[in-house]
Amino acid sequence: MFWDQKSETLDRAALERLQFERLQETVRRVAAHVPFYRLKFAELGLKPEDIQSLADLRRLPFTTSADLRENYPTGLLAVPYDATLRLHTSSGTTGKPKALFFSRQDVDNAAELCARSFVMTGITQKDVFQNMMTYGMFTGALVTHYGAEKIGCLVIPAGPGNSERQLMLMQDFRTTFIHLTPSYALYLATFLEKHGVDPRRDLALRKAFVGAEPYTEETRGKIEEGLGLEVYNSYGLSEMNGPGVAFECGQKHGMHLWEDHFLIEIIDPQSGEPVRDGEPGELVLTTLTREAMPLLRYRTRDITSIITKPCPCGCTHRRLNRITGRSDDMLIVRGVNIYPQQIERVLMAQPEVGRNYLITLEGLDEMTVRVELAEAGFEGQVEQLVKLQSHLAEKLRTEILIKPQVQLLPPGSLPASEGKAKRVIDNRKL
Amino acid sequence: MNDVKLVAAFVENKPGQVAHFAKILAGAVINIRWIAVASTGPFGVIKFLVSDPEKACEALKHEGSVVKLVDALAIEVPDKPGGLHAVADCLVKHNINLDNASGFIANDRAILVIEVSNHDLAHEVLQKDGFRVLSQKELPV
Repeated sequence: MFWDQKSETLDRAALERLQFERLQETVRRVAAHVPFYRLKFAELGLKPEDIQSLADLRRLPFTTSADLRENYPTGLLAVPYDATLRLHTSSGTTGKPKALFFSRQDVDNAAELCARSFVMTGITQKDVFQNMMTYGMFTGALVTHYGAEKIGCLVIPAGPGNSERQLMLMQDFRTTFIHLTPSYALYLATFLEKHGVDPRRDLALRKAFVGAEPYTEETRGKIEEGLGLEVYNSYGLSEMNGPGVAFECGQKHGMHLWEDHFLIEIIDPQSGEPVRDGEPGELVLTTLTREAMPLLRYRTRDITSIITKPCPCGCTHRRLNRITGRSDDMLIVRGVNIYPQQIERVLMAQPEVGRNYLITLEGLDEMTVRVELAEAGFEGQVEQLVKLQSHLAEKLRTEILIKPQVQLLPPGSLPASEGKAKRVIDNRKL
Repeated sequence: MNDVKLVAAFVENKPGQVAHFAKILAGAVINIRWIAVASTGPFGVIKFLVSDPEKACEALKHEGSVVKLVDALAIEVPDKPGGLHAVADCLVKHNINLDNASGFIANDRAILVIEVSNHDLAHEVLQKDGFRVLSQKELPV
C-alpha cells in the first residue's frame, strides 16, 4: 500500500532528476543564508554553480555532530528565527545538546514521510496508534504522532514506561500498533507474560515500529513472539527530522530510505571515501527538502549498507540494511574492535539465556558479559551452569575474537530499562 | 516409578537468598523436609525436598525464579552403623556414580537423599537389594 504512490514509485531516472534539482536548491540556499557553510565553501573554493550533477555531491563538505554543537543554538539556521515553528534537541551525553529547528513545511514533510512509512506496512485510518516513545524534546514521539494523525489513526500519546497503564490503554482502546524502543518492547513482553496477559488472545495488537536503538534480527524475533505482532524495523535520527527517514515495508527486508527527501552515501568512516555499493560503511545523509536547517553530507555515525536490488513491494526508493552499530559505540578491547550488537546477536540466539545483558569493562581490558539465565538453560545442577558459562564465552569468542567472562544472573537482576538501554559500563583504568 | 523430585532453584550467591525462597514457600503453605545449597563463585543452586514439588515450582516461578524439578532417590536406611555403606556399596557394584548425597532423620527414620548418574538403574538395583525407595507420598510428614 502507498500513501503517496507517485513519489514512492517514481522511476529512478525521474527520482535522480528531482534529487539533483533539490540538491542545487539546497546548496544555493545554504551558501546564501548559513555562514557556517559559506565559510566552508570559501575554504574549498567552491561555488553553488560548481555542483553540476549528483556526482558533484562529493565535492561538498561533510557536516558532523561536532559542527552542530559548535553552532548551537541558531548558527545553522537558513531561515529567520521567527520563521521557525518547532525546536527539537538531540540528547548529548556531555555538554550542550544539538538544536534542530523545523519550519511549518519541515513539520509537514516529516509527518508525510512517517505516514508513507506506516501505510506501506498496511496501516490505515482504522488503526489505533499507541505511541510509547518519549514525548518532549526528543523527535521520536512527536514526529510519528503527526504522521499517524495525517493518516487519520486514533493516536494515544502514552509515552514510554508505566507498563500497567500501557496495558490498560491497549486493552480499553484496542490499540493495533505501537512505536517503541527494542529494549522497552522486550521489557513489555516480559511484563505481559508476568501478568498472565496473552497478547494474541487479550489484545488487538498487530504491528510494532521498533527503532531508536540498533537491534538484531534475533531481538526482532523475540519481540514478535513476546508481543504477538509483526515488528517493522525503523530508522531515523533527530538531525534528519527524527523517525521516518527509512522504514521497512511489508516485506520486512531492509528499510526504504526516502530518497526524494534525503541523499544517501555510504563511506569508509576513516578515509571518508565512498565504499562499493552493498558494502558496509557509515551512512551519510544530505537533506533535500529541509527549509529551516538544511544539512549537507551529515555524518550519522551509523554503520549500514545499501540493498541495491529493487524491492518486490514496488517502492523505488532504495533500502538500507539493519544498522549494525554506531561508529561511536565501538569498543576497543585488547586491540580488537567490538560492537555491542555483535554480543547481542550471539546472546539472542542462545535459548539458555534471557533478553537483557550488560557488558562491563574493568581493570586492564577485562570484559565481563552479564546475562540472565532462562528456564531452558537450567538443569538444576551447579556443574551444568559452569559449563553453560564456558559455552557462552566460547560462542562469544568466535564472534568478537576475544574471550570474555560470562556471568549468569537470575532473571530480573539486570536493570530493567524502559527507555534507551545502557548496555556497556566502561570502568577501565587505561 | 514415582520417585521423589527435588525443587532446584538458581540463585545469586549473596546473603538472604535462602530466607527469600523459604518465605515464598511458607507463603504457599509448603513444608520443607530437606534443603541443600551448592554454590560456586557468584551463583549457586538451592535444592529443596518439599511436600508438594509442583506447587513449590509454580510458587517460585511466579516470583520470577528459574527453577527445575530434579529426579532424586529417597531411601530409607536403618539408623545404625553401616547403613550408608550398604547403599553406597550397592551402587558401586553397578558402576553408578553418586552425584550428590545427604540425609536426614525424621520420626526416628533415617532418610538418604541421593542424585545418581543412572537414576532408573539405581532405583532398580537398590530395590532388588532390599532397600526401601520412597515415593513422594511415603515421605515422613
